[in-house]
Amino acid sequence: MKAGVVQFPGSNCDRDVKTSLEKCGFKAEYIWHKETSIPKLDLIVLPGGFSYGDYLRCGSIAAHSKVMNEVKKFANNGGNVLGICNGFQILSEAGLVPGVLMTNKSLKFICKEVFLKAINTDEIFTKKYKEYNAIKLSIAHHDGNYFIDEDGLKALNDNNQIAFKYCSKDGEITADSNPNGSLENIAGVYNKNKNVLGLMPHPERHCDILTGGTSGKNIFEGLFN
Amino acid sequence: MKAKVYVTLKNGVLDPQGKAIEQSISNLGFDGISNVKQGKFIELDINETDQKKATEKVNKICENLLANTVIENFKYELVA
Repeated sequence: MKAGVVQFPGSNCDRDVKTSLEKCGFKAEYIWHKETSIPKLDLIVLPGGFSYGDYLRCGSIAAHSKVMNEVKKFANNGGNVLGICNGFQILSEAGLVPGVLMTNKSLKFICKEVFLKAINTDEIFTKKYKEYNAIKLSIAHHDGNYFIDEDGLKALNDNNQIAFKYCSKDGEITADSNPNGSLENIAGVYNKNKNVLGLMPHPERHCDILTGGTSGKNIFEGLFN
Repeated sequence: MKAKVYVTLKNGVLDPQGKAIEQSISNLGFDGISNVKQGKFIELDINETDQKKATEKVNKICENLLANTVIENFKYELVA
């Protein structure tokens, strides 16, 4: 299983993602944002951090970078793409997943552990969460407030595209467990074909008991078997 | 030709920055100020003399980059 981790100017979770992928059994390599071709891969990850200063809107400049033409081709041909945090913002700006990530309701950068409920557990990145009532992962973002218009939300629900929602430690989806004001507590969404996932929490930070747990590994391990 | 582009949040989209500014205005002692909304102003030069072509170009630039039409509206003026 081969994975590529895209490096944008400002990415800072790239090394964590690569290390975690390798821990899960992938052969992983970096892809520079100026690349105009990519090798044969089973997975492309857009890591968290920042990109191009996040000028204009988070992820908007990166969404039009050279490598993204290749990522779009890869995704449109059915390739698996995972965007984490800034990677999710880039995917949404590139139109690869629906919706948009706005500034947190509190206007504050939030860095903490949260609980998530896997909503659609039939797809590649979420199928290993079937047994989980609440998944503990970390968030670290200033712009993670998910929004989509009414028609868009209906389409998400109709096509079963919602991957994760923020919940309490008991698995209850409540207003109190929504850290950033996201519409309907949404923390992660799939594209229509379910080969592209964008999520705000950082699974790569929960791939080792030394960093707080291993519940993030399930996302990457969904690609094996 | 110069384009002056205004990008604003659509109605109904949460604007916590606008709210914070509104609060601050109220703290300054100004009464009766409401519906404060924050947007962006972007100016650019276009090497184009034909109004129609310039309009087409600016429209595309706005739709593809300057505004995220899921949450934002845009309008612009072309100044010769």
